[in-house]
Amino acid sequence: MHGYANPTRFLSLASWLTPLLLGAGALLTVAALVWGLIYVSPDRLMGETVRILFIHVPSAWLGMGGWTGIAIASTALLIWKHPLAAIAARGIAVPGMVFTAICLATGSIWGRPTWGTWWVWDGRLTSMLVLLFLYAGYIALAQASARDGGSSKLPAIFGLVGAINIPIINRSVVWWNSLHQPPSLTAGKSAIDGEFLVPLLIAVLGFSLLFGGAVLMRMRALIAEMQAEARLRRRALDDEAPMAAAPAGGA
Amino acid sequence: MREALDQWDFVIAAYVVAIGATLALIAWAWHAMRVAEKRRDEVKRR
Repeated sequence: MHGYANPTRFLSLASWLTPLLLGAGALLTVAALVWGLIYVSPDRLMGETVRILFIHVPSAWLGMGGWTGIAIASTALLIWKHPLAAIAARGIAVPGMVFTAICLATGSIWGRPTWGTWWVWDGRLTSMLVLLFLYAGYIALAQASARDGGSSKLPAIFGLVGAINIPIINRSVVWWNSLHQPPSLTAGKSAIDGEFLVPLLIAVLGFSLLFGGAVLMRMRALIAEMQAEARLRRRALDDEAPMAAAPAGGA
Repeated sequence: MREALDQWDFVIAAYVVAIGATLALIAWAWHAMRVAEKRRDEVKRR
């Protein structure tokens, strides 16, 4: 793992991994969504709206998983000072924020026919909204640090502190009264019928691969921007050096 | 009076939001990567 913290090695790995993740992710996602939309029977209680499960659950998982990734990359940056760790955390931020927004939007759309309301200020929904704001704050902070040539330590600390929200989201439906149902999938156990569970797991895998592809593309873009900036800075210094060394002319 | 809700309208709306946002994310990430890599290669060639 430490070997791939080298940007050159990472780029050679990412060049073939990106299309592979995007292709496999697209295939699995389309298969799971077609399965969920056409072949799964309506639920006894939720009716046809149960089909929203196949996009809502993967997006919730990726919103929370994305911030967990930021926290892991931030730890690697603060402890081992991996050159790629800051880039990985920045690469995860936008895809993580998009999937958190999808989770909130699809949850709201699902809430209207099943709960009779678009939104309630309960523990689960509010902590998920806080996660969206944390992503926005992280993106702004990381961009500002990179633009001003500042340290990437501050966004890393923010990434670690924000990770406190992840167990809060996870346990919110257990700790507080909520319209949201309790966890259906826990380690080794599932309260979901097999008819829904199989396409759901395929959808989670498919969306996760697409997420991975998007993160790799963001990282490649950030590395390319840094390499171009470094080369331009080096060239500017090289151009200045002979002028500084030359004797001042004039009468 | 009860409001009549067609459940499929909600299902379709949720799928349009999710698929649209995912495709937009992939397209934006791909475009940003291509632009950045092209710029790096141009700077390298100059």
